[in-house]
Amino acid sequence: MFDTLSAILEALPYLLEGALVTIGIVIGAMGIGLVIGIHMAVGQVFGNRAVRWAVGFYVWFFRGVPVLVLLFLFYFGLFALIGLNLSAFAASILVLGMTTAAYQSQIFRGAMLSLPRGQFQAAKALGMSDLTAIISIILPQALRFSIPAWSNEYSIILKDSALAFVLGTSEIMARSHFVASRTYHHLPLYITAGCLYFILTWLGVRALLKLEEKVRIPGYAH
Amino acid sequence: MLIKEATTMTQEPILRIENISKTLGGKEILKSVSLSLNKGELKVLIGPSGAGKSTLLQCINFLLPPDSGRVWLDGVEIQNRRKRDLYAFRQQVGMIFQDFNLFDHLNALDNVAIALRKVKKMHRSKARDRAVAELERVGLGDKIDLYPAELSGGQKQRVSIARALAMDPKIMLLDEPTSALDPELIGEVLSVIRNLAHGGMTMILATHQIAFTRSLAHEVIFLENGIILEQGTPEELLSPDACTRSKDFCSRLDDLYEEKG
Repeated sequence: MFDTLSAILEALPYLLEGALVTIGIVIGAMGIGLVIGIHMAVGQVFGNRAVRWAVGFYVWFFRGVPVLVLLFLFYFGLFALIGLNLSAFAASILVLGMTTAAYQSQIFRGAMLSLPRGQFQAAKALGMSDLTAIISIILPQALRFSIPAWSNEYSIILKDSALAFVLGTSEIMARSHFVASRTYHHLPLYITAGCLYFILTWLGVRALLKLEEKVRIPGYAH
Repeated sequence: MLIKEATTMTQEPILRIENISKTLGGKEILKSVSLSLNKGELKVLIGPSGAGKSTLLQCINFLLPPDSGRVWLDGVEIQNRRKRDLYAFRQQVGMIFQDFNLFDHLNALDNVAIALRKVKKMHRSKARDRAVAELERVGLGDKIDLYPAELSGGQKQRVSIARALAMDPKIMLLDEPTSALDPELIGEVLSVIRNLAHGGMTMILATHQIAFTRSLAHEVIFLENGIILEQGTPEELLSPDACTRSKDFCSRLDDLYEEKG
């Protein structure tokens, strides 16, 4: 018992450093997904046929292939092919970011389609261009309504980030595995790793819930 | 001198539309509709639902691009394919919708101010001042901080009128502005529209408010199945001894209203 505790305590600083790496991957990936996802969603809702097709293809590809396959495919395959020499950390962010972009685009698209069409008409009737209306009227509302689903996506990406381990990114999972395989304290270390993921999920989801309340439109009942 | 003034009075119409046609979902909604509007005129569109009133109003400012037909504002034909011209034209044409279409995420003040800032590129504080003034004009000076979800239907429609007025439109298109309102809220919106009419605002109003039409319209246009069936002063079309489709239609509306009351 004492043995187990001291093993955890000894490994904890090392694992917490890994948690910082995990947080870095998740923030980076979610950020990339947010930026690309919003653009793709706008393109899919308001774009011409070619844009809609391109976005549809992207989403179909990234939703159709397992994240693990994508990590290998890009890190060992495509990135090398185009001469992009990325660290495992950067490659993990990029691949997870591109993957979550596909899912996030569908979150934003759904939110945009759920808005009453009349507001877009009213904005255009005031002389706004489509782009101005999208930026000032559509997105501020669609993004608010996307927060619950986005929080869901955060919790998924956080746990998918453990897969970055296979590229050699030294995040929580990689470090737990490293210590466990040397000390043979498998059970306590993986329990600790699980707890770290659990805490990070809980903190993130809670923060997003706070954000949701903060930007709630007064008097607006869902 | 007097004669000179008279000739400027017979200037060309501020809005002219010619042969507007529109087919939606395989159904011909508008069949070559033409009309013109002089400065300061209030023309009222009446007719059964499905007659094409909404479609006509939306074709005038190209929210629905007409299949064919032409539109002139102040003698200048609108080239709706040129985006810049289209946006400039729409700024001069205020539009009021049946279901208000306020921007849900903005309070009353910003609902009015946002187009001033984003379209007219007005400075934030100037836009604010103008928005406050317009909201006071429609009697909502004490509600500027409230969001659409916190306003009654009548208040929402008055905000939407203030939003349109802030753009200094040359004409206004009002698409059944009171049809979505509870009966006790209709009066406050009609009184705002009445003030606009008295102030000389040029308007096309689609409505079922017959008493209002009788007292204020310069001309009544009766639309049915996508064509203008009758057109004339309220006296010509709606007086008790007129033998017109408009009168039949309106007395049926009156009956309906009395039954409800």
